[in-house]
Amino acid sequence: MTRRRLSLALLLLLLIPALLAVPAHGAEMDYSAMDQDYYGRYRGQGRSLNVYNWGEYISDGSDGSLDVNKAFEELTGIKVVYSTFDTNESLYAKLKTGGSSYDIIIPSDYMIARMIQEEMLLPLDLGNIPNFEEAISDRYKDPSFDPGNRYSVPYTWGTVGLIYNTTMVDESDLIDSWSYLWDPVYAGNMLMFSNSKDAFGIAFKMLGYPINAESTEQLDRATQLLKEQKPLLQAYVMDEIFDKMTGGEAALAPYYAGDAITMMEDNPDLRFVIPKEGSNIFTDAMCIPREAKNKELAEMYINFMLEPEVGLANIDYIGYSTPNDWVFQLLDDEVKNDPVRYPDQELLDSCEYFVNLPPDLAAYMDEKWTELLSADERYSQMLMPLVMLGCVIATVCLNITRSLRKNRGTV
Amino acid sequence: MKFKHAALPYMIWSAIFVLIPLGLVAVFAFTTSDGAFTIDNIARVSSYTPVFMRSVWLAVVATAICLVTGYPLAYLMSRMNGVRQRTMVMLIMLPMWINFLLRTYAWMTLLENNGVINSVLRFFGLGAVRMINTQGAVVLGMVYNYLPFMILPLYSIMTKIDSRVIEAAQDLGAGPFHVFSRVILPLSVPGISTGVTMVFVPAISTFIISRMLGGGSNMLIGDLIDAQFLGNAYNPNLGAAISMVLMVFILLVMSIFNQFDDSEEREGMLI
Repeated sequence: MTRRRLSLALLLLLLIPALLAVPAHGAEMDYSAMDQDYYGRYRGQGRSLNVYNWGEYISDGSDGSLDVNKAFEELTGIKVVYSTFDTNESLYAKLKTGGSSYDIIIPSDYMIARMIQEEMLLPLDLGNIPNFEEAISDRYKDPSFDPGNRYSVPYTWGTVGLIYNTTMVDESDLIDSWSYLWDPVYAGNMLMFSNSKDAFGIAFKMLGYPINAESTEQLDRATQLLKEQKPLLQAYVMDEIFDKMTGGEAALAPYYAGDAITMMEDNPDLRFVIPKEGSNIFTDAMCIPREAKNKELAEMYINFMLEPEVGLANIDYIGYSTPNDWVFQLLDDEVKNDPVRYPDQELLDSCEYFVNLPPDLAAYMDEKWTELLSADERYSQMLMPLVMLGCVIATVCLNITRSLRKNRGTV
Repeated sequence: MKFKHAALPYMIWSAIFVLIPLGLVAVFAFTTSDGAFTIDNIARVSSYTPVFMRSVWLAVVATAICLVTGYPLAYLMSRMNGVRQRTMVMLIMLPMWINFLLRTYAWMTLLENNGVINSVLRFFGLGAVRMINTQGAVVLGMVYNYLPFMILPLYSIMTKIDSRVIEAAQDLGAGPFHVFSRVILPLSVPGISTGVTMVFVPAISTFIISRMLGGGSNMLIGDLIDAQFLGNAYNPNLGAAISMVLMVFILLVMSIFNQFDDSEEREGMLI
């Protein structure tokens, strides 16, 4: 996922006086509203905390924003060691191979479900995160991927929707459905996710199934649907959708709401809609991996991230939507009422989280996905062993004839 | 023989970073995720036959194009005088100074429907051509990226062909065709062999070119392996099995190819 921050040009203009006043770093923070006893517990002990987050996914002090990690260090006296990852899968692979000791990670919903199942996370002590109860909106508590928030505290959320170029689609068409991605009128002008989970999710919604596969029959039906779509598509892509749609290379594509806002700023012809069949809602949430060495410190960091001022700085920087009520209250009315970032409750109710599929279904889905991408030609399964065998025989024969010829030469 | 120990650092290096990882690939390929022995992974590889066949076919086409275009150039270069030779080598190396990903990304902008080439075509009133997201684009990406690996070994072998040998052939009455087929071609076989290896092997295992220029629907073995380690599938055991089958296949193809070279002299050859 590309995590792009919003264009802050206007805000920058307003911040010029502030920048002149504090040239050393960005916005200053007011610590007085925070519980000094709670945050000061570990001061002077030389402790440090290992944070592993997405790239470009925290307010870092650039463009006059608040440097969240620095503020945490000043408030608590705990040093933050910060590093970034680029996909949930690479985070998973890194934790699985071991040798790392992160205290905080911020994976997405389905990955959290998988990590819970494989006992890779530590249960949180919510008593140690006093802000959780009031800050997090009820809608984002107790999610399906982590019932009861035993392991995770939501950081941001967003939806997947349909982004389209008004100059390339029929104006009279009021695009509101995934079915447009199957419309032959736009053949060769559509992009699709090149990721099995996301692509099947869209097909499931088209068929009226839950977004997480329940049976192989559902997967077969969805595969059939995706096969019908394949000849109409321009390409299967992920992050490239951002550039291709902004550059007017395609008419329709699925993409993430948070990025759609940046895209619409770059290309005013683009529109974003959450289809009526429903869609995928995703959450990135803060978790503590099993290898963590500083659990109490990590919980303190999570609590700090929920503070209204900190949450606001982060959400301003990232451009995704916030699950934090305190932060939401502080947003501009324009943002609060933005149907892209904060859609109607009714529409949101039709959106589902991805969870971790049972291993047999996940393997079956992967198999079907590979079949979809390589289904142009049909080969017998015996072909490959036969080709290999042919190669071996050829090598042996060639070697024998050569040594025979050589022997004849010497005689 | 005195300097035999000078190779020791490299021997240790390759033992740690080549042999042990290869052993691990084999271990992963023959075990389940719980560590029990199985040949299921290897057996499952055959269900990906279409992907294999496409990879082999595209790599063969790309290698053939590289050979056909690179061979005459390498020969002409080897017959130039010193300064021009060095300039040509420099020009061939030049694109390699730019990052591989960036070069492929640049091809994306060139080939797109609203890309540079189609804009020019449209300007002259010619219809747009669909170039990106086709197998042709993937082959183009392979040829563009790996052509220097074909030209350079050919060139270095051909500079060793003495002009007097060619002149002698001409003096003895051989026409241009016979000079080529009886003198130049046999003498350049080691260069062809190295060049083909150095193009075919990376071309068959590439994954980013097909993803960027092939539109994702032209899945190659490299993409398949990548998906097992960093994709949703996360199945390192199957990934290792596919890698191993690919490795064995490449070794077999290379060994067959090298049989055609009868010369005792094996300078400049890889295997």
